[in-house]
Amino acid sequence: MGRTLAEKVWDAHLVRSTDNEPDLLYIDLHLVHEVTSPQAFDGLRAAGRKVRRPDLTIATEDHNVPTTAGPITDIVSRTQVEALRTNCEEFGVRLHPMGDASQGIVHVIGPQLGLTQPGMTVVCGDSHTSTHGAFGALAFGIGTSEVEHVLATQSLPLQRPKTMAIEVEGALPPGVTAKDLILGIITQIGTGGGQGYVIEYRGEAIRALSMEGRMTVCNMSIEAGARAGMIAPDETTFAYLENRPHAPKGADWVEAVQYWRSLATDDDASFDKVVTVDATALSPWVTWGTNPGQGAPLSAAVPQPRDGADERALEYMNLTAGTPLRDIAVDTVFVGSCTNGRLEDLRAVADVLRGRQVADSVRVLIVPGSVEVKEQAEAEGLDEVFTAAGAEWRGAGCSMCLAMNPDKLAPGERSASTSNRNFEGRQGPGGRTHLVSPAVAAATAVTGRLTAPADL
Amino acid sequence: MEKFTVHAGRAVPLCRSNVDTDQIIPAEYLKRVTRTGFDDALFKAWREDPEFVLNDKRYDGATILVAGPDFGTGSSREHAVWALQDYGFRAVISPRFADIFRGNATKGGLLPVQLEAAEVVELQRICTTDPTAELVVDLVEREVRAPGLTASFEIDDYTRWRLMEGLDDIGLTLTHEADISTFEASRPTWLPATA
Ligand code: SF4
Repeated sequence: MGRTLAEKVWDAHLVRSTDNEPDLLYIDLHLVHEVTSPQAFDGLRAAGRKVRRPDLTIATEDHNVPTTAGPITDIVSRTQVEALRTNCEEFGVRLHPMGDASQGIVHVIGPQLGLTQPGMTVVCGDSHTSTHGAFGALAFGIGTSEVEHVLATQSLPLQRPKTMAIEVEGALPPGVTAKDLILGIITQIGTGGGQGYVIEYRGEAIRALSMEGRMTVCNMSIEAGARAGMIAPDETTFAYLENRPHAPKGADWVEAVQYWRSLATDDDASFDKVVTVDATALSPWVTWGTNPGQGAPLSAAVPQPRDGADERALEYMNLTAGTPLRDIAVDTVFVGSCTNGRLEDLRAVADVLRGRQVADSVRVLIVPGSVEVKEQAEAEGLDEVFTAAGAEWRGAGCSMCLAMNPDKLAPGERSASTSNRNFEGRQGPGGRTHLVSPAVAAATAVTGRLTAPADL
Repeated sequence: MEKFTVHAGRAVPLCRSNVDTDQIIPAEYLKRVTRTGFDDALFKAWREDPEFVLNDKRYDGATILVAGPDFGTGSSREHAVWALQDYGFRAVISPRFADIFRGNATKGGLLPVQLEAAEVVELQRICTTDPTAELVVDLVEREVRAPGLTASFEIDDYTRWRLMEGLDDIGLTLTHEADISTFEASRPTWLPATA
């Protein structure tokens, strides 16, 4: 009987497996940021433990960092960032602090450095660690106790997850992006649909995606309830990785690629669950509610509430059923985050904004996912397109994806955001979020209402 | 970690589904570097509403939260568990939990109890009609008992044992240190290192 991609990666990392106990899984890469690590390092100190493998650990500053020049003024934020610096120094962990050429959102820098590779186990105290599954790695978010556990032992006790295939049939229509695809999938299966599973995204439309697009899809697996999402590595993956700073070189590269090719799910393997998605039926997608499963095609209207949760969401969002989604006006457009803060996303935005102006009523924030993305975008002149159109071009960080740094929505403000969560208050207390693709974000910036580029 | 065997206490009905981690504790509070003192942050936005159930004095001192399905969705913040514990909760009952939240809860000794949706609705009805009603969450017998209702729940033997003994995972894993070293010696040399 064949095995799935997820099962192969799992089996290759078993330190120990016995009946009636969770498996002990070895962790190849541990990504650390300032928010979920201070209590873990404190725990190590209290127990007199060391970081077992600082050479498999890397840290960055992202959630708290301001995206405008200058130091962190918020004292609590600064204390947290300083705690990370002290901890990395004391425990010998490599850190990319603010101002460093490799600083950025934790899920943007791992792939960019070539540290995320097929077949690896990757963890981080952050639920969007699922992003790294785009490379065929088994990557998932962990809590602070588990961060401490991995720091101390480089392993984790885990129950073997169930496997789910999401078979995306057909090709995405022109103008429909990876973000629309994953928003459509979550609308279809719901925020609990993937719970307990590792999802493998398969099919023609997935194979056709760039690595950036694949990362967008895997990133939001957690929004469907799945801790991890994976895509089998292929030529697209290898081409992205080759020559990255930490990718294997020479004979090692050849050996690695050979191994990576063997990871694909066997033809006779079976999944615990299979879901089919029709890519040809998708179109630019937006959310209207307060969880990522409350989405609809942009061409539709705000739906009739099906239950109390929908009613509550509409009330919070200040929306009435039957209103065309295209009539919804926004105050802010946010482009960025680990979902859509990579170079390809910024290019998509620039393609729409080139030669156009953003609406007077709208504040537009464009935030690169890392310093490297920022530099690449500037080398291509994208920053000039953004500023000429009237958008703000910022420094790298999580920014308005979550309200932990100065970029926030004011109460009652509405945004079109390329991030991943539209929870109540996610972008600032009382803020209202519509999740969109970079292309829709850019077109919305131009008109001030939810808009797709084709509508311009 | 405090042992969990049998816990008796009053319960708060939280009749909402998809209670995400941003509602349990907003990001602003994640800036703290300590592990305790998060009780003021629990359900911060909702607590500003005087009608919110936690503002109902009759539920002061309750130790069990009875919530709708998909509790704890969203981020990996363990602060959500700490906030619930700091507030005084020992167990959360829901028809379905987000995976990361469930894992985090059991690490810190907060028991996530998954019951059938109808059972949860019934428990919510019981503690809504009578806020003084006492529930028993029995990890030994794997059941929840309330006036007029007994519901059994599943939890794997290992997690149950660990919770009942109050054992710390790291200590347990370190007893397998030799296995970890053996595994490490077998890893391909081309795997990336950060240093
Ligand atoms: S960009 Fe948003 S989702 Fe991604 S790591 Fe930062 S806060 Fe989390």
